[in-house]
Amino acid sequence: MLLQLKDVTKSFSQPDGTALPILDIPEFTVDAGEQVVMVGRSGCGKTTLLHVIAGIGRPTSGRVKIDGWDIALMAESEVDQFRAERIGYVFQTFNLLPSFTALENVLLGMTFGRLRPDRERAKTLLKRVGLEHRLTHKPPMLSVGEQQRVAVARALANRPQLILADEPTANVDVGNQQQVIDLLRETCQEEKVALIIVTHAPEVAEQFGRIEYLEQINRVRAGR
Amino acid sequence: MSLWKIAWRSIQQRALASALTAFSMAMGVALVVAVIVIHGVIDQSFRRGAQGYDLIVGAKGSPLELVLTAVYHLGKVPSNMSYEAYDELVNGQFASDIQLAIPICLGDNFKGFRVIGTTADMFDRLEYLDGRKYELAEGRNFRDDAPMEAVIGATAARKTGLKVGESFKPVHGSAADRGEEHEPFQVVGVLAATGTPNDRAIFVNMEGFYHIHTKPADDADRSLPGMKAEGKSSAKADSKPPAKADAKDAKKEAHHDAAGKPAHAGEAAGHHGHDEIPNEQKEITAVLVVVNPNMVATRRVALPKLINKQLDVQAVAPSEQIARLLEGIVGNVQLILLILAVMIVVVAGIGIMVSIYNSMSDRRHEIAIIRALGARRTTIMVVVLLESILLALGGGAIGLVLGHGLTGVLAPLIAEQTGVSVSPMQFQLSELILIPGLIALAAMVGYLPAVVAYRTDVAQSLISSP
Repeated sequence: MLLQLKDVTKSFSQPDGTALPILDIPEFTVDAGEQVVMVGRSGCGKTTLLHVIAGIGRPTSGRVKIDGWDIALMAESEVDQFRAERIGYVFQTFNLLPSFTALENVLLGMTFGRLRPDRERAKTLLKRVGLEHRLTHKPPMLSVGEQQRVAVARALANRPQLILADEPTANVDVGNQQQVIDLLRETCQEEKVALIIVTHAPEVAEQFGRIEYLEQINRVRAGR
Repeated sequence: MSLWKIAWRSIQQRALASALTAFSMAMGVALVVAVIVIHGVIDQSFRRGAQGYDLIVGAKGSPLELVLTAVYHLGKVPSNMSYEAYDELVNGQFASDIQLAIPICLGDNFKGFRVIGTTADMFDRLEYLDGRKYELAEGRNFRDDAPMEAVIGATAARKTGLKVGESFKPVHGSAADRGEEHEPFQVVGVLAATGTPNDRAIFVNMEGFYHIHTKPADDADRSLPGMKAEGKSSAKADSKPPAKADAKDAKKEAHHDAAGKPAHAGEAAGHHGHDEIPNEQKEITAVLVVVNPNMVATRRVALPKLINKQLDVQAVAPSEQIARLLEGIVGNVQLILLILAVMIVVVAGIGIMVSIYNSMSDRRHEIAIIRALGARRTTIMVVVLLESILLALGGGAIGLVLGHGLTGVLAPLIAEQTGVSVSPMQFQLSELILIPGLIALAAMVGYLPAVVAYRTDVAQSLISSP
């Protein structure tokens, strides 16, 4: 088992001082190399769940174990280091840095771990996503589909064990949606990386062998 | 990818704002550099100018004025000392203390360059720096037996256009005023540049200098510096020529007939017929003295006071006077200018802080992305500090170039006003302090935006639109 969430809750403080519960997940697991799609309507806590798994947001309670390490118990800097070395993240809005070239954006994904950034690997990844001719182009010079492909390459750059993709096709035109999904699935398979995709698109979800409905695993759903 | 590169990319992204803040830093640094360089060069030049002589002897008065006039050819020409006092100095009780004494007479100029009456020893025997004697770039030194010969400094030659073989007529007065024109001197040599104030001077045979100021008795009131009108001799003047001067006079007399005509008339342009001037009528502006190196240290220290006490003159150590001038007046002026320039740099530093701080709200999303990729809070803080340092050092580097450029622009003005030649390529060691200084300033002004970056809420900023 690569990922295990146990009794994870997450709530936010409201201006009136009361807590707004977002997540209450008794159990959720993902095996190494497994590909899971997480489906849920807008506002059901999909992004918050990914943030908790990535260590970007701490759970209010519970355990988040990745490869045996409970990141909920780690110091913030340790979680950062852990994320830099073991987790890749693909954002809905790509989140490429506009002043960096495609190659530099990919290199950025390797910058904060213990290993030195590997320029050759960055180039190989960009070649793998079909952008070997766009290495020195900055995001504003790339199409939306190309930007998302750079984001996929960046998520793979640090040889992660787990990739979290937050609605990766939401901002991509219909023609490119399937390309992005195929790319993510194929590259994760090749690199033996576990993949959790969050989406609200049924046509994306139905391609995965394992579909999880957040409303079913999150006990908060009933009260919202 | 290095953190420097991440910081640099951030600067590039805000190119205009970054360029403006770096430019304001450049202006501040340019001023600091200009102050440091100009002061350093002036300091160096003044100290260099004071190196050739151990003592300057002249009429009682302001010691600094005497040094500025005799060594740097600046300021008003002070009162003269009597030839008798000069003779007593070099041939009397202080004879054994003095290795070399060069008399100089001032009071004329040519096109604003001071004309100085002196002896050939000035260039034959005197060292303007330790071990470095004057060299002639062209021609030869003037001869003691050719009173109307002149040797000119390198800058004076360049500026006046005078060449070997040409003549010029000195004008009365120490500035470029149109005063009374004297008899012409012929240029026989042009000195190689020395980097001393003497580059800007015109040296003529002292005998010739006396002769051009010789006036008939009824015109005595118009007697010129370096000359006493007949009947106005120093009270101490002795009718008998001084011992050492005797030797020189005797040498000169070998070339002159009884009526003061040169024995080798027509041999040189300087050999005009001139009446021998009695010593009682001669005056001297100052004597440049090199003391006997074998003198006992205690005597050496006491020598100026002894001369002041025994003779009706003052003896001053030029290096001491210049040190006082530089550390007192000039040093304080430099300090004030430096403080003002540093304040400009600090204000520019605050500009960097404001620029980066204002950009923070636009950059929260980017910071959150970098954090999501695994960067620690401290890493983000370091990136912002590096950005501040890059702006400060980049601006500083431009300022360094501008500062030296500014020095180059001001160089002719400084040379014109002070005679000190300032090269824009002269770097001062103290400029190196700018590097740690700018880094420290950048770290201080970058701290506030760095803390803002440090506190960025990653999850919240990722959700918000870029």
